[in-house]
Amino acid sequence: MWRFLRNFFSLTIMAVLLAPSIALAAGEKAAPLVVVADTRKFTGWEAWWTNLYNESHCWFTVVTVITVPVVGLIFGLITDFIMGHIGIDLTSRELAEH
Amino acid sequence: MEFFYVLMPIAGVKIFWPGLIILGVGVGIIGGFFGMGGAWMVTPGLNILGFPMAFAIGTDIAHMAGKSLISTMRHGKFGNVDYKLGFIMLVGTIIGFEVGAQMVMWLERLGSVEKVVRYLYLILLALIAWMVFADVAKKRRKEREALARGGEVDKLATGLEWHKTFHAIKIPPMMHFKTAQIYCSAWLPITVSFLTGWLAGILGIGGGLIRMPALIYFIGCPTHVAVGTDLFEVMISGLYGTATYTYKGRTELVAAIIMLIGASIGAQIGTVATKYIKGYGIRIVFGLAVIGCAISIVLKLLAREMPTYAAYLDGGATVLILGLVAGMSLYIFLRMVAGARREVAMKKAKQ
Repeated sequence: MWRFLRNFFSLTIMAVLLAPSIALAAGEKAAPLVVVADTRKFTGWEAWWTNLYNESHCWFTVVTVITVPVVGLIFGLITDFIMGHIGIDLTSRELAEH
Repeated sequence: MEFFYVLMPIAGVKIFWPGLIILGVGVGIIGGFFGMGGAWMVTPGLNILGFPMAFAIGTDIAHMAGKSLISTMRHGKFGNVDYKLGFIMLVGTIIGFEVGAQMVMWLERLGSVEKVVRYLYLILLALIAWMVFADVAKKRRKEREALARGGEVDKLATGLEWHKTFHAIKIPPMMHFKTAQIYCSAWLPITVSFLTGWLAGILGIGGGLIRMPALIYFIGCPTHVAVGTDLFEVMISGLYGTATYTYKGRTELVAAIIMLIGASIGAQIGTVATKYIKGYGIRIVFGLAVIGCAISIVLKLLAREMPTYAAYLDGGATVLILGLVAGMSLYIFLRMVAGARREVAMKKAKQ
């Protein structure tokens, strides 16, 4: 059983590592153009952000991939707090049926 | 009025930000309730708000990843996520998706496949809608028959029971999925996820719309566990999609975060609503959503066939989708409020 699972997950990890760029390739095609953000319109963090986009898509990706779940988590916890405050039980579900 | 507009740093366009929040709330509610990303609902909405198409898909996927994280956490606490099943299905989904994506690229080299893909999507949606309503009708018939006998149908009874046939195929290794209460061959979820991933790859969609009913009808998950487990998959594939689209420079993070403000509230509402609505209630609303999606595709296909009326037909498709989002999210919200009120009143009565 463990051997099966080990092989199975090894193959998966290999598939993920070997083919990241072709994933979602069947989705709607993006226009074949290079987009450059106009940094002249911005100051402060916005200027930093647009510069990061223009200079390195790699770092831009890293920051985006970290920011999205963190922001989701923060807003989720805030909503959790509010709903819990109202008195809704957020830890169990009593309904048991298909 | 200038206050209501924000300049997107990357796309360079001014967007009406309250519109992004409202869209986020709507798709957040529906996503948390049905267990899907809902890209087919978000993209027309972003287009209406004036979002450039080049950034619409990446931005949608980025907000979807954050939203699914919130919904998965909540569903996890309700005991609706079978992580073991989710991980195993993720493998099949990724491999199937790659095969489907490669197949489309191969078909594109042979000729235009866009129309074929749309027709295939339509057939699939019709099949899903038929499956859902056939299941509901069969369950109701069973209930009527039981009532006529003076008895009652078992709480766990379902209409369509295809999963029982699949569970009888005992190819080793056999696995027990505790949360989903399923004992079956490991090859069943692998095969089902491979096929749903393959279809999603061919159709160019996230796949939640196909995976949720597949989890119910082929694997035999209870509706709530199907929703939670599907969201777990949407979360991981969403993060992966965010990375690939952002790397191609197609994500507007500011818009994604603004949408996420609304979606985080919506996702919680949608998820908590599953507490108060029975599994079959979720299935019926899901079936209606699938029909709405199918009609919008028919309108888009007709727009291609009849260019004179294209503007009306395309507009009609967008209005239909946004109307569907508004109507369904309002219904789910009202059910959630009614359920929460009942729960709070019961708590107070006990004290």
